Formats: sequence, structure tokens, C-alpha cells
Amino acid sequence: MKKLTGKMLILLLACLVLLQTAGLAEDGFSTSYTYTYDYWEDVQESPDAYRVATVIDSMSLGLENLENIRINKAQSLFVRNQFIYVCDTNNNRILEIERKGNSFSLSRVIREIQGAEINTFSTPYDVFVDEDYNLYVADYGNQRVVMMDRDLNWIRNYTKPSDATFDQSLNFLPKKIVADVAGRVYALCQNVNKGLVKYEADGTFSGFIGANTVSISMGEYIWKRYFQTKEQRAQTENFVPTEYENIYIDDEGFIYATNIVFSEYDLKSDAAKPIRRLNSLGTDILIKNDRFPPIGDLFWVEQGAEGNGPSKFVDITVMKNDIYVALDRTRGRLFGYDSQGVLLWAFGTKGNVEGAFTGAVSLEHMGYDLLVLDQMENSITVFQTTEYGQTIYDATETYLDGKYEESADLWRGVMRMNANYPLAFRGIGRAVLRQDQYEEAMDYFKLAHDRENYGRAFKLYRKEWVERNIWWMLLLAALLLLVPLGIGKIRKMKGEVNAHELGKIRR
Amino acid sequence: MSLAKSAGNQASVRSEQRSAGWARYTDSLRYGLHVITHPFDGFWDLIHEKRGTLAAAHTFLLLFLVTRVLKLMLTSFQFISVPIQYINVFEQMASLAFPFIILCLANWAMTTLFDGKGRFRDIYMAMCYALVPYVLIQLPLILVSNILTFEEGSFYHVLMSFSIIWCVFLAFTGLMEVHDYGPGKTVIFLLVTVVGALVIIFLLLTFFSLLSDAASYFISMYREIVFRLN
Repeated sequence: MKKLTGKMLILLLACLVLLQTAGLAEDGFSTSYTYTYDYWEDVQESPDAYRVATVIDSMSLGLENLENIRINKAQSLFVRNQFIYVCDTNNNRILEIERKGNSFSLSRVIREIQGAEINTFSTPYDVFVDEDYNLYVADYGNQRVVMMDRDLNWIRNYTKPSDATFDQSLNFLPKKIVADVAGRVYALCQNVNKGLVKYEADGTFSGFIGANTVSISMGEYIWKRYFQTKEQRAQTENFVPTEYENIYIDDEGFIYATNIVFSEYDLKSDAAKPIRRLNSLGTDILIKNDRFPPIGDLFWVEQGAEGNGPSKFVDITVMKNDIYVALDRTRGRLFGYDSQGVLLWAFGTKGNVEGAFTGAVSLEHMGYDLLVLDQMENSITVFQTTEYGQTIYDATETYLDGKYEESADLWRGVMRMNANYPLAFRGIGRAVLRQDQYEEAMDYFKLAHDRENYGRAFKLYRKEWVERNIWWMLLLAALLLLVPLGIGKIRKMKGEVNAHELGKIRR
Repeated sequence: MSLAKSAGNQASVRSEQRSAGWARYTDSLRYGLHVITHPFDGFWDLIHEKRGTLAAAHTFLLLFLVTRVLKLMLTSFQFISVPIQYINVFEQMASLAFPFIILCLANWAMTTLFDGKGRFRDIYMAMCYALVPYVLIQLPLILVSNILTFEEGSFYHVLMSFSIIWCVFLAFTGLMEVHDYGPGKTVIFLLVTVVGALVIIFLLLTFFSLLSDAASYFISMYREIVFRLN
């Protein structure tokens, strides 16, 4: 018996040690793979929302047998239906991978354009494929964006605008491109800080959109304008807007842009705006309804050494129901946000194991699956939702479809898997509120710290309560009013009687 | 017989005194209501006509601290967000009481050099009486916050700011009356008081750090001796 308890003790100790190594590191930063932030901005570990399904690399694609050229510094990924396009930058080619179920196989290697003046690519940085499978390639080295049809017949070049608004001393170096349903092309070009270069469908340049605004504080301006000498001013950086890092066009034609050049102290006040959703005028219309803006990690060690500093989003992808996922270069993490800007989950880390990245550069989605391209490993990691992750999506979707009861049940499922998830409480609360169960809804909103919705539920509850209790309240008020009145009247009458009596005596 | 009689007399006198003291205490409590509505006369009489008592002042300060803690704990979460899991009641109280005392002390120390009429006791009493509106408004407001919704929050916030503005105004007039200063001089001395408070805090920190250094010196010396002896 004693031996047994001793063994159990050792086991327990071992468990404790194991538990200690997982969880929070000494500096308070999460080391767990998947997490969220709670209302108090503390890290809450959560069940995994995604797991690695498979990793695609040169080996699994059979590139060894084919010309024996491995993927080299691939820069971009694009998904159209079941096809994945990889921009194999240093090999000047585009790989087309087809997905069948859970197997991925190389279907085409695109190296040449038929009928073009320059029929090869030179360090292509990005690829875009429209719904008719027309290909757009940001042909960086050839200073053009080239468009071709699905059979690789050349259609059009988008080249340096001859317009005066484009600085003619600059080279035209397109790094990222998107095209909308009408065939308008938006190119993100290196060294151009006026925003995205926009072309009409026929290839004519039609201006810039969505320039970053210059943010400068009053003090900074006065200091630079009035106190610095000309030489000093020439040495310090200019007040110029910065370029975006990456762009993505969603189903509704809005462009999501990420930005990695900002001061880390501007993030929490939402002055930096690392993620933007641009409308056709170029203004940011991203919805931010949470306590903190979508900036990735809320705590970080000051910028400096590798792996320190704020999250820097190098790519973004937008799924159904405006759920967007951003890829952080600093710590190799993915952050999922819903349409209201509420963090759904965050996961990922740096490293060489499955599900970790060394140089993540590009992110795409296929349904709810996520694909991450790593330029150092030259591989694509395919993530699939776990039951937990899928339930979150399903619950959101059913709510948006108006199936509130079903949605509440799904959110209850999420709550059972993760009791530290405010969104689940809010989801249940909203559904329960629709079913006129105000008090229960209030409880859930309180758990979710959702003031607006709590107020809404409480208002209805208060109304109901007053309606139920109005009778005795009125009665009480009446009593409080009538009793003193009655007493006063009786006293008055008594006084009158007395006066009358006195009058009689006097007479 | 006369002895017994006088003893009985003494007892009755004492109890009379006690009840007189109690009456004076409740009177001075009630006088708080007069002070906050008639601050200029109120504060003058509070000190010079001896209408206030220290006991009442202590009571107001204590009520203020209790109100503060209750507010943190019981106000509806729609209006203030307090990480209740991290709150230490005594820490919260001390974080208000200490600055209060230090500011009173600094004000006394500064004004007494520049012909302020108030003694420390007077300043402390006036400041405590100035806290009355905070208690009077915020205590019921805790209840009210629980029957308001988020959208009706402006009502709550207006009353909240009103109570604080009232308190600040009272503190200002209180200092004016206690020291027999004009408003301009009072403003200047409010600023000087803040500086004085900083100096006091600095001295306290220095004192305690020196004290701990000295203590550690003797402790290490004791250890050294013990080691040598063994």
C-alpha cells in the first residue's frame, strides 16, 4: 500500500513537472499552441482550432523526378477552387497543384506564355487567377503584370503608367496583385507610396487608391519644422506614407491590406491599423467592435531581437462570413478574426516541426482549410479544422442564417470544449435572447462581458419585471400617498370640530 | 451618605456628559449636510464656531473609503470594469487614504509657513467634510447602476462627475475658509501642496530604504559574528 502511494506520488510529481513545462513561460507569454485573449487581455489557452493535415513540398509533388528543380524561395500562394498556384519565384515558374480529396498532385508547371513578346517570367512575386482561370502574374523582373488565359495564351501586359502622377524615375516593380470581378487590376508596387496602382480592365492606368495616411504628432511636427536645421531634417526620415505589405480581395470586391511599417506604440490605440479593408474609394471600413483592434498579439517584448516585437502581418485571407485570418511573421502565428473584429483563435509558432514555420510568407484558404507557404522550408502546410474550430464556424454560420436555436446548441458545444471562450457565451446569450429568455441571456452576456447586449436583455427583463409587479407597486405608492392624506384629513376634521365646540362655548 | 450621593451624582453627570457628547457627535454629522449646501459659512463655522467634531470627520473619511470599495464591488459591470479577481480591499482603501493624509499634511506644512490660519486638525476636518457629497451621491448610485441599462449610462456618468466636481469645489472653499485665503492664493497653495506631497513621499521612500539598508547591515554583521564564533 505504502509503495503504491509512493509510486502515485512520483507519478503525480511527474505530471506536475510536465504541466509546468507546458502552459505559460516565465515571462507570462503563452507557449501553448492555440490560445485566445480574455476580457482582461490575459492569455487563455484553448483547444486546437486547427491541426496539420499534410505538408506539401518538392518531394511530395515529385519535383525531383521532373527536371529536378526544387521549389526555391516561393513567395506567394493562390487558391482558386480546387487548384493551388504557387509562385516559385527563384525558379521563374508557377506551379499548379490540384487537390483531390486529401491528396495534392502537381498538374502543371507554367514557365512560358504563348504569344508574348517576353515569353518567360523573371522573379515572379505573385499570382492571381480569376473565375475564368485567367492568370495574372506579377512579373517583377520584367517590370510588368502579365495576363494570360487558362491555356497560357498572352492577353495583355500591365506596365509602368506613363501618367504624370507616377514618378517616372522609378522602376515599375509589382509585388502583389489582385483583380476584381470586372477585371480591374490592383498592383502593390515596390517604392510606390501613393497606394495601390489601379488599372481598368483594358489595361489603362486609372490612378492610385488607398494611400496610407501619414500620421505625425503635433510635437514631432513642431520639433522637425522649427527646431531642426536643414541638415538634420535631411538626415531624419521624411513624412511619407508607407507601402502596404500584402493585399487580398474578398468575394464582395473589398481589398484587405496589411501593413507592417508602423510604430509599435501606435498599435493598441488603433493608430497603426495593421489590417485594413479598403472600399473603392480607398478608405478603411474594417469593423472593430472588440475592446482591442485586430493587431495580433496584445503583448510583446519591445522590438529588437529576432522573435520580439509586435505581430507583423505578411498575408491575409478572407473566408466565408467575413472571417479573416492574418499571418504573423514575427512569431509564425495565425490570427483568426470574425466579421466584428473579435479574435476567434490564434495559433502557430516558430520552429522546424509540423505546424511551425521558419519563414511564413503566404496564406490562403480552401473552404475552411488553411494553407501556409514557408519560403525557408519551401513547403506548404495544410491545416484542417478540428471539431472545436469547425463548431465555431458552424455556430457563426447558423446564427447568420437565422437558425438561432441550432446556433445556441452549437455554441453550447463550443462552451463544453472551452469554458474560457467569451464568444461562446455571447453566442448562446444572443440566441437565448431571441427566444425571450431574458434572465438567462443576461447571465451569459455577463460572462461574456458584453455590455451592449446585456443592456438590451436587461431592458427587456426590467420591462417584464415592472409589468409583473406593477400592481403591488402601485398599491404601495397609493398607500404611501393616501394614508398620510387620510390622517391629515382626520386631523383637520377633528380641529374643525374642536373649533366649533370652542365657538359654541364662547358664544 | 453624602459620599454615596456625590458618587451617584458623578455617575449621572458622566452619563449626561456621555449623552451630551453623543448629541454633539450626531449634531456634527448632521452639520455635514449644512456644510455641503452652504460651503462658505459652513466651513467657517465648522472651524471657528466648533460645529464640527473629529469623530464625525473620521466617520466621513471611513464612509468615503467604504463607498469606494462598495462601488468597485457592486456597481453593475455595464458601467465600470474592475478586475474583481485582482482587487484587494485594503489596498484600495490605503491607496486613497494615504494620499489623502499626505496631501493634508503637505498642505498644513506649506500653509503654516505662509500665514495660513488652519491647524492640521482643521484642515483634516474640512477635507473630510468635503467628502460628504461623494458618499451621498455614489452610495445610492451603486443601487441605481443596477437598474439602468448600458444605453442609459449617461445619467449615471453625469451624476458621477457631478459628485466629484462638488467635492472638489467643497475642498477648495474649505481650504479658503480654513486658512482665510483668497481664491488666487488658494490655487497657488494647492499647487505648492502637490509639490510638498511629492517631497514627503520622497523623504518617506528615502527613510525606508535607508532603514532597510541599516537593518540589513546589522543582520549581516550578526551573521558574520555567528559564523566566526562557530
